[in-house]
Amino acid sequence: MKTQRIIFPYAVWSLLFTVLPLILMFTLAFTDSSEKLTIDNFLQVGKYSSVFVRSMWLGGFSTLVCFIIGYPVAYFISKIHVKNQGLVLVFMMIPMWMSFLLRTYAWITILENNGLINTFLRSLGLGEIRIINTQWAVIIGMVYNFLPYMVFPIYSVLAKIDTKIIEAAQDLGANKQKVFSKVIFPLSIPGVISGIIMVFVPSVSTFIISKMLGGGSNLLIGDLIEMQFLGTTYNPNLGSAISLVLMVIIMICMGIMNKFDSEEEKRQAIMM
Amino acid sequence: MSEPIICLKNISVSFNNEKILNNLNLSIKNGEFVTILGPSGCGKTTTLRIIGGFLKPDSGDIFFEGKKVNDVPAHKREVNTIFQKYALFPHLNVYNNVAFGMKIQKKPEDEIKKTVNDMLSMVNLKSFVNRDISSLSGGQQQRIAIARALVNHPKVILLDEPLGALDLKLRKDMQSELKKLQQKTGITFILVTHDQEEALSMSDTVVVMDKGVIQQIGSPQDIYNEPKNAFVADFIGESNIIDGVMLDDYKVKFERQEFECLDKGFAKNEPVDVVIRPEDIEVVAPGDGHISGIVTSVTFKGVHNETIIDVNGFKWMIQTTKYLNENDKIGMILEPDDIHIMKKSDYSGEFGDYSAFSDEIYEEQTRKPERVKGR
Repeated sequence: MKTQRIIFPYAVWSLLFTVLPLILMFTLAFTDSSEKLTIDNFLQVGKYSSVFVRSMWLGGFSTLVCFIIGYPVAYFISKIHVKNQGLVLVFMMIPMWMSFLLRTYAWITILENNGLINTFLRSLGLGEIRIINTQWAVIIGMVYNFLPYMVFPIYSVLAKIDTKIIEAAQDLGANKQKVFSKVIFPLSIPGVISGIIMVFVPSVSTFIISKMLGGGSNLLIGDLIEMQFLGTTYNPNLGSAISLVLMVIIMICMGIMNKFDSEEEKRQAIMM
Repeated sequence: MSEPIICLKNISVSFNNEKILNNLNLSIKNGEFVTILGPSGCGKTTTLRIIGGFLKPDSGDIFFEGKKVNDVPAHKREVNTIFQKYALFPHLNVYNNVAFGMKIQKKPEDEIKKTVNDMLSMVNLKSFVNRDISSLSGGQQQRIAIARALVNHPKVILLDEPLGALDLKLRKDMQSELKKLQQKTGITFILVTHDQEEALSMSDTVVVMDKGVIQQIGSPQDIYNEPKNAFVADFIGESNIIDGVMLDDYKVKFERQEFECLDKGFAKNEPVDVVIRPEDIEVVAPGDGHISGIVTSVTFKGVHNETIIDVNGFKWMIQTTKYLNENDKIGMILEPDDIHIMKKSDYSGEFGDYSAFSDEIYEEQTRKPERVKGR
């Protein structure tokens, strides 16, 4: 079969870089440093439950903020003239062409105590606010970096909604608010769900943002894992165990989300 | 019955500098089944969108029961539309699709339930209440769209080529169902179509449009039997359209011969278009007819043979049950009531000669779908 031959390079790729590492992680998680079988690593993960909670909370909150900002943006883009939609999308994407690190680094100069915001506030005689090295800095960093991942899927669903369906709703007596709440929003839910997954997953597992903007006090799961492999507390066995737990949590979250999604999708199968 | 429910006055619409509607005037009586008929791009859908409130005309006024409604938005007009591809809500099931309008109006729950169920049994889909829209066939979706519009008891229903997506058999069934529904409810129906047979069989009044201008308004019989110009004659059914000269009242000359006819009121020696329907021509032996010609092609159509006759270089179409062979010489009898006289118009000479008949069929089949206007 032709299709089987086409898929071959990817099959090799995923075997080498996804399946093998997963197996490796699995074995590491269930063994100790002397390669004896144990579940000790998982028992230790419990110690870090506060880190898990903080990661979930920051990730969840950032996702919410992304949704609140991103939905109107996506809606606005889908409503402007088709010719300009591409242009606006490119503007949204331009920051993504820069290095993730550089972008996050730039926020330090904005948020730090002698940064742009505080200099501005001081010049107005309003004193200063402490943002850098707080949770808020981490949230700002996450929202800034992951917002496009919320906007794009919502936009692509909104742009595909048949204008005739909107006209049908108007025709049946729905004003603008009703058209939105009864038709446009329900039809955009699959996009919202993809957006939430695409923002929540990287937010929960990010490490560099919290490290750069959150100071030492806002340790996230990502930082914890990084420390086990590259940091001072070198312990790849524990690191693998934490990674596995995180994976399971994310998979459960996605599973719940996908359940909504597939129900929506079934109805979405529009008869064109 | 006589008070016009909808009146369009001097409506003009341009789109990208192209005139879509040109000073259109139309009044529609309450309780009528009106069909707006015309080829793709003639402005018929635009007219419907203006009545529905989806499009504002560049100039002109729209009156609904005598009141000007230019600035009344779509959701406040007592008009409901049945869309070309139904435009059902894919996220709602059958019940909620039909109930949509009543729920928006915040009608009491049990009234909604009763009305929706009544409506679903009227369109024979009572057992489908909880089904997903995507699980329905085209014909069923069509019925849901009809129920969804009727449930709000609108004064006018607009139908935008509602049967275009259905297969022939189903289309015929839906045509008679729609007609019955209209007669039962007494609601004014305004249907847009490019299918002349649909227009003739369903309507009380047919409005023939082309190039943004109304060409003729009349009953199906009027439109068919007394077409106003070559465009109408050609678009509604098949027509042989021959150049002629009106010699006097009831006397016309074409094909170098004088014929008696039933028309009068033309100037002496006024050039006219003469329309002769293919089914009105009687085929006889070569010497016995008024004119004679040679058979150039015969196509079997089931009920009749579509036969092209060469008469001095002009190709006539006749529909006859007689089987003729190519190169047969035949005669044709033209009775006075077979001959319809039209004034010359911009369309004269464009239609009515069947020498390029095969090309015309080709054109029909490759016609592009109508552009969506007025976004």
